[in-house]
Amino acid sequence: MLEFLLRRLFVSVVTLFVISLIVFTGVRLIPGDPARVLAGTDADDAGLEEIREKYGLNDPIPVQYLRWVSLALRGDLGESIRTREPVARTVATKLPITIQLACFSVLIALAIAIPAGVFSALRRNTVWDLLANGVSLCGLSVPNFWLGIMLILLLSVRLGWLPASGFVPFFQDPLGNLQRMLMPAFVLGSGLAAVLMRQTRNSMIEVMSADYIRTAYSKGLAQPAVVLRHAIRNGLIPVVTVLGLQMGALMGGAVVTEQIFVVPGFGRLVVEAVFTRDYPLVQGVVLISASAYVLVNLLVDVSYSFLNPRIRIQGRADGA
Amino acid sequence: MEPEDTPPASPLRRGWRRAGRRPAAVAGAIVVLLFMAMAIGAPWIASTDPLRTDWGKIRKPPTWTNPFGTDDLGRDNFSRVVWGARISMQAGVFAVLLAIALGVPTGIVAGYYRGGLDQMIMRLTDAWLAFPFLILAIGLVTIMGPSLTNATLAIGLGATPTFIRLTRGLVLSIQAEDYVQGARALGAGDLRVMARHILPNIFSAILVQATVSIPGAIIGEAILSFLGLGVQPPAPSWGTMLNAAQQFLETAPWMAWWPGLAIFSLTLSFNLAGDGLRDLLDPKDY
Repeated sequence: MLEFLLRRLFVSVVTLFVISLIVFTGVRLIPGDPARVLAGTDADDAGLEEIREKYGLNDPIPVQYLRWVSLALRGDLGESIRTREPVARTVATKLPITIQLACFSVLIALAIAIPAGVFSALRRNTVWDLLANGVSLCGLSVPNFWLGIMLILLLSVRLGWLPASGFVPFFQDPLGNLQRMLMPAFVLGSGLAAVLMRQTRNSMIEVMSADYIRTAYSKGLAQPAVVLRHAIRNGLIPVVTVLGLQMGALMGGAVVTEQIFVVPGFGRLVVEAVFTRDYPLVQGVVLISASAYVLVNLLVDVSYSFLNPRIRIQGRADGA
Repeated sequence: MEPEDTPPASPLRRGWRRAGRRPAAVAGAIVVLLFMAMAIGAPWIASTDPLRTDWGKIRKPPTWTNPFGTDDLGRDNFSRVVWGARISMQAGVFAVLLAIALGVPTGIVAGYYRGGLDQMIMRLTDAWLAFPFLILAIGLVTIMGPSLTNATLAIGLGATPTFIRLTRGLVLSIQAEDYVQGARALGAGDLRVMARHILPNIFSAILVQATVSIPGAIIGEAILSFLGLGVQPPAPSWGTMLNAAQQFLETAPWMAWWPGLAIFSLTLSFNLAGDGLRDLLDPKDY
């Protein structure tokens, strides 16, 4: 077990190292003086000198990299060119909004995908299965920003049921917050729901043909008991993995969704940063999202190994 | 009854028969072909210039002359949707071709030579995969500037790791096959084994992956253009059209319907066709 954890941790650290190399190289690829890139076009000579000093821009490249990484590890990702606020603090104020949105959308996706997936696996090759598959294929194909626009058109412009956009903090006005989060969370969750539904269906079909399920049936259990008590537990393990791998898509989706519904989160911050050529902010955001993806998947794999002892044993077996 | 009809039937015939059992996939393929025809034949299908503005026809609802209505600058929406197919197809197909051109050789080399080189390539691929597609594209577009070419590049680079992983996995399993071992025993060089024995055998799997990757690339282009990071106005991209439409939802909803429906039907058809192709080429059926 410990060996599995250590090896998994090692792979994550190597991945994080390569990520930092890619981001560092990316910033150096921006044409122009790196000091100018990091300080902004309206920085004066003193400002440029300060940046050169801080990142050791006159040193050899490997030294520059080490200095940049050690600053980043201490949480210093530089300052936003536009606001002069530390990048880490800017991201920290925006992140909770996006995390709330993402959590909501995962909840919505699971609430749709698991019942639908289990149901269509049990009613395999019936009209219901076909219908569920059709809906999930549509969910995979519909561009979520268009879905968002259409929902605004229907629910806000036509029917006036929900506010079209905006954001209020949860603790200020819980109801208003939920009302405004509902549409963006549904839009963000729809693609995820489609992917998870397909995965749930496939793994439930596999589980339902296992020997122990037949045993459960033959000892006289009714279908609901077999499914809820025996099948679901194993059937959902692959779904958890897929959920972890979908985190990247979720983060990207949040960028678009926040743009449509004017949610002032991480995603809007990213797009603004690109348009204002706020390179330190873009660099910080890219670094943070890639690292978050690696860490989330590390957590998923570790929790997975707790759920499923076979993984632990396998990890030991090919380590030997 | 003709003797040719007795089994074993030719693979083509078997393919046809199986296609008949998947009407959805066939319909998908037909719609994809229609969109391709639309992209190629745009100048003949849409008689109005997609860029011509008309101040007398700002945001007019659909009529016979402008079946999809007009946009905020009085341009004909129908002709913009038709021309948009060109940009979407271009972005989708070229991005995936780029991903194949980079990913397949890299994957073959990694799977064929194994060892340290393989380890290095795979770690780099893992790290590359950790960048959420849109974040990666945003980073690249920030460095290179927004344009159709750069958006296509960014989408292609984003899709590359998938092809590296797929190819490597396929090569690993194929390498153990007798015919590869045999070719090697007969003295075929590495390059010959890779080009003549490995590549043809992974081709169908790559083709399936390409078909399912194209809709993702098309949506990717639309998203980047929608955010203003891809195709720049006034070029008629479905994404930029939706961006403009968003400001006039209350007064001109038709501006949002058609470009979105076009993206949706094109990606849905690609997905249907891709699913069908997977069934068709799945070696398990032989």
